[in-house]
Amino acid sequence: MKKKITAVMLSVSVAAAALFTGCGGGDNDGGSGGIELLNVSYDPTREFYAAYNELFSDQFDQDVTITQSHGGSGSQARSVIEGNEADVVTLALAHDITAIENAGLIDSGWIDEFEGSSSPYTSTIVFLVRKGNEKNIKDWDDLVKDGVEVITPNPKTSGGACWNFLAAWAYQQEQDGEDEEATKEFMKKLYENVLVLDSGARGATNTFVENGQGDVLIAWENEAYLSMEEYPDEYEIVTPSVSILAQPSVAIVDSNAKAHGTEEAAKAYLEYLYSDEAQRLAGENYYRPFNEEILQEFSDQFDLDMNLVTIDDFGGWDAAFETYFDDGAVFDQIYEE
Amino acid sequence: MEQQIVKVKNKKGVKVIPGFGLSLGVTLAMLGCLVLIPLASIFISAAQLSFGEFIETVTSRQVVSGYIVSFSCAFFAALINVVFGVILAWVLVRYEFPGKRLMDGLIELPFALPTAVAGISLTYLYSDQGWIGGLFDKIGVKIAYTRIGITLAMVFVGIPFVVRAVQPILEKLDRQYEEAAAMLGAGKLYTFFRVILPELFPAMLAGFGLALARGIGEYGSVVFIAGNIPYKTQIAPLLIMTKLEQYKYADATAIALVLLVISFLLMLVINSVQIYMQRFSKA
Repeated sequence: MKKKITAVMLSVSVAAAALFTGCGGGDNDGGSGGIELLNVSYDPTREFYAAYNELFSDQFDQDVTITQSHGGSGSQARSVIEGNEADVVTLALAHDITAIENAGLIDSGWIDEFEGSSSPYTSTIVFLVRKGNEKNIKDWDDLVKDGVEVITPNPKTSGGACWNFLAAWAYQQEQDGEDEEATKEFMKKLYENVLVLDSGARGATNTFVENGQGDVLIAWENEAYLSMEEYPDEYEIVTPSVSILAQPSVAIVDSNAKAHGTEEAAKAYLEYLYSDEAQRLAGENYYRPFNEEILQEFSDQFDLDMNLVTIDDFGGWDAAFETYFDDGAVFDQIYEE
Repeated sequence: MEQQIVKVKNKKGVKVIPGFGLSLGVTLAMLGCLVLIPLASIFISAAQLSFGEFIETVTSRQVVSGYIVSFSCAFFAALINVVFGVILAWVLVRYEFPGKRLMDGLIELPFALPTAVAGISLTYLYSDQGWIGGLFDKIGVKIAYTRIGITLAMVFVGIPFVVRAVQPILEKLDRQYEEAAAMLGAGKLYTFFRVILPELFPAMLAGFGLALARGIGEYGSVVFIAGNIPYKTQIAPLLIMTKLEQYKYADATAIALVLLVISFLLMLVINSVQIYMQRFSKA
């Protein structure tokens, strides 16, 4: 009898403990009354935001702790939609933030809330090749040659990969003009040369740099520079003749910020990205600052004369996704044949 | 002289585990919360698609190629695991050598290691710049980023299943059958294949089934070494993730549902064969 009672008490207390730990919940007021912000960002911005967060919290008048989350832009957007309580999102493309807006978490018109379509920094797509550039890769048409191994991530999971695809398409469109089929053929040959389709931009960089795969990596400009910084004598950057202005966007996740009471802090956090110090920090981390004057300060680092198309040349992200990246769209089609 | 054997029972009969009601309750709660309800939610989510859409999603060429890659690589990986698992179990049971305990513990490593770590290290090792991959590259065989790489990752995660299934059977195997066979003039190989292996077969089959299931469902360790090229090295779990990334939850669960049903049928077949064989080996 005694044993039975003990058994019952034990199991009830275990069950109760399990239930109550789930009820703890998150309080975003911080331990000592300070503010806590969660910044959900995409893969390559780790180093930049580590530095920026220090810069911001030093000058902000209230006590603020900023937590970072990084991952593939699409995965991060999905996690916010599914309940990750981000106060701000700083993702790779406006399309992912639009998805969060469509889920009702961000108020419409977010893209005009900050300057430059809410892109405080931009980047572009370049090639990273091994020192010596044995395969003599100078432009996009060198990537479709036989024997050239290309590394680029999968556009279905990676924001960076979408920019890569569109940059390649833009280049070939200039050659082929109206002939869509010819451009598709070009893209087909390009992706036939792709050895590995990683799920994110950082993964692709690792495959190229750490695992030594491929002859050329199609990468964010900032990722390419970061790799050069890590391994100074092993890589070269090749700037293609045509590329795309990649605009990673930022936004406040309104419903979360309202719930946490962090609206002001979140707005200040994103606005400070446009300040001179932050813009310089972006440039030092190989992002092209939105501020024109500060961009000029980095003219020896960035090739400012690049022929850059924008997403608007593709009719915006919704049209681009429908045409190129949805199920059965061009990216799927080039693998069909 | 007769002896009277008196069993001492309490009113409800002899019990080993106290409280049938409580045990059953806990079992049902755990199974329900952790297994049945999540699985049911897959059915419900997939039901959002109309039947036509469902068929279209799961029979699209890319998805079917994903199934083929997953199942074929998992099948070969499980086969390899059966062969080497039996050998491993044999060595661990029949021989004594320094470091045996360590080796026994190492068998469990694929369970303990996070799958992402396993995937990254395997890729690093078997890419054509890696240690072992470099050697194979010289003879023209590429391991990482091909189906061979996928099979290798699946072999790695499935190692413990066959070994741990076969080990107890081997340990309990009565030596008298082998001795009888030797006395009747059977050679070692004949004894192994005709006397010992049939005893082990149900356990091998169970281990095969588990390794197969693990291989089909494996995502973390495979996705790094796979290359993920559509129609060549894209595994079904990756296709599910891709659909999720595109916010197509219903499509993702549709693919998952088909995987689930096929895996369940496979398990059913393997278990039925196993039960059938056990019935005749206990004669």
